[in-house]
Amino acid sequence: MIKTDVLIIGAGAVGVALARELSKYKIKVTVCDKNDDVGGDASKSNSGLTSTSATMPVGTLECKIRTISHSMVDNICRDLDIPIIHCGSIAPVLYPEQMENVPGLLARAFQNGVYDYEFLPKEDILEMEPTLNPNILGGIYSPRDSQINQFLVVVAEAENAAENGVEFLLDCKVEDICVSNGRVEKVVTSKGEIEAKWVVNCAGLHCDDIAKMVDECDFTVHPRKGEFFVFSHNTPVKVSHIISSVPSAKTRGVLVIPTVDNNMIVGPTADDVEDKTDRMTTREGLESVRTQALAMVPGLRFEDTIAQFVGARPAREPEGYNIVVSKKALGYVGISGVRSTGLTASFALAKYIAHEMQEAGLILERKVGWIRKRRGIVRFADKNDAERDALIAADPLYGKIICRCEQVTESEILQAIRRPVGAKTLDAVKRRVRAGMGRCQGGFCSPLIIEILARELGIPEEEVRKRGAKAFMLADDND
Amino acid sequence: MKELLYDVAIVGAGPAGLAAAISAKQNGAERVLLVERDIRAGGILQQCIHAGFGLQYFGEELTGPEYAERFADKVKAEGIDLLTETTALEIREKVLVCVNTSGVVHIHFGALILAMGCRERTRANLVIPGSRPSGVYTAGTAQKLINIYGHKVGKEVVILGSGDIGMIMARRLTLEGAKVKAVVELMPFLAGLQRNKVQCLDDFGIPLLLSHTVVNITGVDRVESVTVAPVDENKRPILDKAEVIPCDTLLLSVGLIPENELTLTSGLSLSGITKGASVNQFMQTEVPYIFACGNVLHVNDLVDNVSRESEQAGKYAAKYAAGALAAGESIKVEAGEGIRYVCPQSIDASADEDVNLFFRTIVPGRDTTLIATAGGEVLARKKLTATTPGAMEKLTISKDKLATLGGAVTVSATHGEVLA
Repeated sequence: MIKTDVLIIGAGAVGVALARELSKYKIKVTVCDKNDDVGGDASKSNSGLTSTSATMPVGTLECKIRTISHSMVDNICRDLDIPIIHCGSIAPVLYPEQMENVPGLLARAFQNGVYDYEFLPKEDILEMEPTLNPNILGGIYSPRDSQINQFLVVVAEAENAAENGVEFLLDCKVEDICVSNGRVEKVVTSKGEIEAKWVVNCAGLHCDDIAKMVDECDFTVHPRKGEFFVFSHNTPVKVSHIISSVPSAKTRGVLVIPTVDNNMIVGPTADDVEDKTDRMTTREGLESVRTQALAMVPGLRFEDTIAQFVGARPAREPEGYNIVVSKKALGYVGISGVRSTGLTASFALAKYIAHEMQEAGLILERKVGWIRKRRGIVRFADKNDAERDALIAADPLYGKIICRCEQVTESEILQAIRRPVGAKTLDAVKRRVRAGMGRCQGGFCSPLIIEILARELGIPEEEVRKRGAKAFMLADDND
Repeated sequence: MKELLYDVAIVGAGPAGLAAAISAKQNGAERVLLVERDIRAGGILQQCIHAGFGLQYFGEELTGPEYAERFADKVKAEGIDLLTETTALEIREKVLVCVNTSGVVHIHFGALILAMGCRERTRANLVIPGSRPSGVYTAGTAQKLINIYGHKVGKEVVILGSGDIGMIMARRLTLEGAKVKAVVELMPFLAGLQRNKVQCLDDFGIPLLLSHTVVNITGVDRVESVTVAPVDENKRPILDKAEVIPCDTLLLSVGLIPENELTLTSGLSLSGITKGASVNQFMQTEVPYIFACGNVLHVNDLVDNVSRESEQAGKYAAKYAAGALAAGESIKVEAGEGIRYVCPQSIDASADEDVNLFFRTIVPGRDTTLIATAGGEVLARKKLTATTPGAMEKLTISKDKLATLGGAVTVSATHGEVLA
């Protein structure tokens, strides 16, 4: 049986940030997740936005944590080699009714300490972002909103945490938490039992299911579905700022986002659904994204879309970040209510949770030699001829291009598989090094990557998965 | 950096590149190079193990690999260099920047021929709603997994699109023991060749649903079903008549897109219709030292046509590299009534050779008259009992008419009866 000091359930943004934070101390930390890869659900399928707290509910824990966390993002990106672009955001005001919301938004931003959130006249906004609808009435400019590679945030933190001794158990679903004498004793998983002194529930969309196991669930969680389009690099009209709808009481609305990889992401919708496995895009949802986006950026060419996807944000009722240090089951810590703001908030939230655990008796003694930095996989596509020659001289597989669309080499794919917490599926390779993320969506490279994964993992090719438990790529007979 | 010098460099050793290389060599280019990313020449033909190739070019029926081998053997015999496992990354003026496991390679050329072929349109290009499970394949990817790697991709299959690859894969999957439940086509007519419908669908009892489309995909891990609905005259699905078909695989044969990302690095622009460069009858693009042929230029129906047009590209690229291709007056070629596009898009009037115009009709029809005119004068005319957009049509303008062309050439088609 595995024995650990802290078992974190859920390898999404919050769970992995917490694992990295706790890896600084002389304790054994283990992370388990039902998925084949870190990045969870909501943490990988989102807009990659890291923004200020301008529009946050005033005075909430969420607002406080996110404000601090946003100021930590640049250092995290520098230490962990995570791509980020500081593009700023613009919310164009399209109608007089939206104009009525502006004073309230500015006032709230001021209360939240976001003093650089300001309204600019139409002419200035159009000069900054000429792709916008020329009939706008003006726009709100928020210069410190940024765009981050949301896949690599979690991968980089996980790699770094693993290097600092954290153990990751993937394809490992929690089935029960055993409490004895009022203390958490062990966790039953699909991969066997884990004895843990502390169990931290960072299960996101499924945190209510886990909380029920220790009778600490006085809330519900349902998925709030968001549908997105991804655009090709080669589309003619591209935005240079994050274009966001003027926030209403209900939602932040549709965004048009320039990504760190020179694509654009357009979305999301916000539809509450029941089924936690529902990742279906819908005709109506995509059409509503298209209509809202075109109202802001009329030149967008939706025929250049190369993918559509769904993100499922966990929507808690009642709303709000909630951190429970259980009295009924000592050692249990439940995190709930972390929604779309979680990507930005996770860095400070991890510190906050660690502090709460320390207050509740977890001994955190700093270890010597904690490794702060992690280097990303060097990308062939970003390099010039001389740099490429040097890469190939050191590793000839840097000269073997597997994904033609994104110019990803075999060396990069092997690194993605061989690194700590490495990729085991096609989607996990794709998230790390972009192989299969381009215009042909894996049409050309997937047969090659199936071969590489089978070879590296020592499994037959028919056992190679796209992702998840049973998403096999091939249907060979098992005889 | 390795620096290489060639008269004619060709990107892609599929059918287009192979034919162009041989022709360039035979027309006087001494140093000819083929750059190929795969481990051997042949391109997509390698995975097309069915017969049906070469009826026009060789007068006999060959499989894809056999067709490719004839050209590949000749490339070898002609002393043409073939650089395999090498990817072309960028065109920098008259240098082709490539990479392989030995490093970055700069290929200096007199003329460059683009022969990169095409890629398949994906599910996302069509914006098919639903989940994103495994089991959604483009037909060509499935063909590669089955024919090259010896895998099975699924057991119960629905195919969207009645393109040639889709129909050929319907037969292939059936022979492999899978159940093909339907081939679904958005248009009211077949996208591919009639002969493939007979040989691949009818002979195996596979239903073809015209004027239908896929409106949903379900399945968390693997495909569990697709929803198929009829469409109205504006191609909008009639959702209350939709039907759920349980299956584990969806294959897409919904069109091909010329693979022109390399082309764009040279500064060339692409046609909105063909998604390829524009050329004259020498297969010369608007950048005079760059030529293009085969599916990177426009998607062809038969490989035989690709070989022919690629020979043209090879010949004139060799002449250009030798400084023997002077530019004459350029006359525009336009798609008139009933025609989707014409290739070439312009004619160099100084040529001393008949000019072949290749084009596709927009809708299928019977008793079709194809006609090329310029300034009121009929340059070529042809009457066919039937035409379909799936087949490439051809008109030939005699060389003695070139010098006196009175303005732009227009190709049009009028059907005795429209079949759509």
